[in-house]
Amino acid sequence: MGKWTRRAFITTGVLAGGAVVIGVAIRPGNRAGKVAPLIASEDETVFNVWVKIAPDNTVTAIIPHAEMGQGVHTTLAMMLAEEMDADWNNVSMLEAPADSEYANYALAKGYAAGDVDFPAFLVDTIDGFFLTATQFMKLQITGGSTSVPTTGQAGMRVAGAAAKAVLLQAAADTWSVPVEELTAKLSYISHQSSNRRAPYAKFAMQAAELSQPVKPVLKTPDEFTILGTDVQKFDVPAKVDGSASFGIDARLPGMKYAAVKASPVFGTNVVSVDETSVQDMPGVRRVVNLDDAVAVIADGYWQAKQALDQLDVVFEENGNETIEQSDIFEQFSSDMDSAIANGDEIVDFETGDANTAMASAARMVEAEYRVPYLSHAPMEPMNCTAWVHDDICELWTGTQNPLGFASEVAGVLDMDLEDVVLHNQYLGGGFGRRAFPDYTIQAARIASEVHFPVQLIWSREEDMRHDHYRQASISRFKAALDESGKPTAWVNQYVEKHDPKEAPYIPYGIDNQFIHFAESQTHVPWGFWRSVDHSLHAFFTESFIDEVAFEAGQDPYRYRRDLLASAPRFQKVLDLAADKSDWDAPLPENWGRGIAIHKSFGTIVAQVVEVEVIDGKVRPRRAICAVDAGFAMHPDGMRAQMESGIVYGLTAALYSDISIRRGAVAQSNFHDYPMLRMNESPDIETYIINSGEKIGGAGEPGTPAIAPALVNAIFNATGKRIRELPVKLHDLNDVALESKDVA
Amino acid sequence: MITLHINGETHELDVDPVTPLLWVIREQTGLTGTKFGCGISQCGACTVHLNGQPIRSCVTPVQAAANQQITTIEGIGKNDEGLHAVQQAWIDEQVPQCGYCQSGQIMSAVALLEQNPAPSDEDIDAAMSGNICRCGTYSRIRRGIKRAATTLASTSGTEGSRNG
Repeated sequence: MGKWTRRAFITTGVLAGGAVVIGVAIRPGNRAGKVAPLIASEDETVFNVWVKIAPDNTVTAIIPHAEMGQGVHTTLAMMLAEEMDADWNNVSMLEAPADSEYANYALAKGYAAGDVDFPAFLVDTIDGFFLTATQFMKLQITGGSTSVPTTGQAGMRVAGAAAKAVLLQAAADTWSVPVEELTAKLSYISHQSSNRRAPYAKFAMQAAELSQPVKPVLKTPDEFTILGTDVQKFDVPAKVDGSASFGIDARLPGMKYAAVKASPVFGTNVVSVDETSVQDMPGVRRVVNLDDAVAVIADGYWQAKQALDQLDVVFEENGNETIEQSDIFEQFSSDMDSAIANGDEIVDFETGDANTAMASAARMVEAEYRVPYLSHAPMEPMNCTAWVHDDICELWTGTQNPLGFASEVAGVLDMDLEDVVLHNQYLGGGFGRRAFPDYTIQAARIASEVHFPVQLIWSREEDMRHDHYRQASISRFKAALDESGKPTAWVNQYVEKHDPKEAPYIPYGIDNQFIHFAESQTHVPWGFWRSVDHSLHAFFTESFIDEVAFEAGQDPYRYRRDLLASAPRFQKVLDLAADKSDWDAPLPENWGRGIAIHKSFGTIVAQVVEVEVIDGKVRPRRAICAVDAGFAMHPDGMRAQMESGIVYGLTAALYSDISIRRGAVAQSNFHDYPMLRMNESPDIETYIINSGEKIGGAGEPGTPAIAPALVNAIFNATGKRIRELPVKLHDLNDVALESKDVA
Repeated sequence: MITLHINGETHELDVDPVTPLLWVIREQTGLTGTKFGCGISQCGACTVHLNGQPIRSCVTPVQAAANQQITTIEGIGKNDEGLHAVQQAWIDEQVPQCGYCQSGQIMSAVALLEQNPAPSDEDIDAAMSGNICRCGTYSRIRRGIKRAATTLASTSGTEGSRNG
């Protein structure tokens, strides 16, 4: 060690003005030395914060993102290995520690600079978790489908290329040959004319002393040998033999278990708790009052849960306990009406003059849609193991934001951030839920009351009733059509805006548009849910354009296609999905076909769903997905994310409904918040377009378009237009099965 | 005291007999591959084999499993690398995403193939629809089962079932 005297320093750059600004040294100084004790053993050489080389020539990528099934540990390592010309068979990865040195500087810098390319959905997180400029540099977030487009493009690739550059220079110095005569391949450097060849590890120590180029030359896709191939994911072997360690699998000497019950009605507190009601129950150690929740610590989780269920606790009533779901939708409608009546619409997007166009319309189309609250329901319920000892707090959990969580816990326990050590584990599903630290704060508070480690496990019921929910919403549309059926105006008003800003925007060439929203606060906590606002707006806009096409008497695919004449990238994706679906081929009786297209997180996805509606039951049989993310770094990972996004979105569209009853969530477990199962899952085909456009995300863009494609298919099959999700709310038994001619 | 035979090992445990088997396995035997998902037999994450039959350990009182053969995800490996054909097929098809449900999925799939070496799509639906996957890996699970069935067919006659 002690080899860290380089002058230059490579870190993640930022995306600016649509171009990748690479290798920007955002923070002066040498972080490799500081991080080396965290990530490397004595004989390993750390090049920059993202890569190290071992004496056996193993290259290890340090990945500052959480693995929740999206494959980020593998894809980011591929991006580094590609630029480094590393031998993939000898590449491994290590998740970066929850240390300030591994904050997502690209994100933080982009935010500080007001960079338009900064993913807007994170702004709430920054504002919520990190209120000051000095604090927001603590970002270490996985979300918003940002890992590949930001950390990968501006961090991993640059770091890999920079490491290769100094390795080549070190070899040139050692062999006294011009660096231009050297080649790097499969973690070896060769000098052909002198017939010399040596592994990277031979030059590692020397290379680490050299200045790394700040803007190394990156490869073009035709030079790729790792990116664009289907390597196996690093995390799969441990996930088939039971050895993968999730948060809930943490095991510590002397560890006890805790069960928790938060006040069922959001925004209310514990009034009183009678510890004596459970103190004699087997295994019970302690009752902890967390102000808005109570917890029981016991020797085993079952004992803790049994005692919690027996615990006498009284929760506050503050008026929220009278709120019903119907009240919330009525409030939305009323606030939308008031916004228009009072002239205080909040303008989201405006072009042309929609009102004038409406006045001269040949015909009008109007519709109103609504969607319910949604829970994330990851398979692993929220949990965290905490141990407060020797003036530090150690945490074992799965989180999308390790540094943010540690920071929150430090605040709550009044400790320095350096004294909170978070050991991030595999996430048994994230989908946005594990960006919220409530469960970790609870665990830390509980553990601070005792002198042994405590594993806090939320029951499924607690998980479902104390989520941070995708908002319920109403969206109203009016379209004006000319004589030919072409839309001349598009007016859309909706309620409750979060992120990203562009979620309600349409790609279609409509001259006059007015998109606006009303605010309507409720007591239900909000959270990022896979694809965030896109998850509702794609349903709204792509259902409505389908209705408009129908009113115009036109085929819904070709109608969209014509309106995308000046958006050729969209058109290609739409065409591919339609072509692969055999759009014009007849379907069996009771079947229908629907299409939708939506861009989110830089990626365009078009989907076609074929559905069978029989005895009132909706069966999605086939889903065709075309996707353009610019370039698919790991094509099988891209396909997997599309499959996942489709099943996640279909589940929500068909079944998911979180409703408020007496101020609390009515649903509690998978019997009343059902999931799509194997026998209900369609055959899914994914087709990838590598357009060469700016790199987009993969984890979320598969979700938004599937709900409208589904309801459009149901309309095609039955003639019934579903304007409120989930589909299960609607009786499809009595619809006339005679609408085959609509397409 | 309750006697449990798990993956060929015997455990003598002082435990309340009505405790669900899931929590005894996870907390008292060091085997954490079996997962908690719902606690009410709705999701299948806790699936283990009792005498070769798939059961939901989250609703099975530990006393109901006493003195019988219990197999968990840690106990099914059988090839040179310690993997069952189903596990190998899961790797080949790159099935897992978050991976949390996959122990239960694999236990259900292994039990299916032991009872039905050449399952149809309908057979797979029937056997697997009790296991939820929130990441939506169903199409890969289906391919994995078919791949494992092919592997097992090509090696059948030389291997007995450890569980059945």
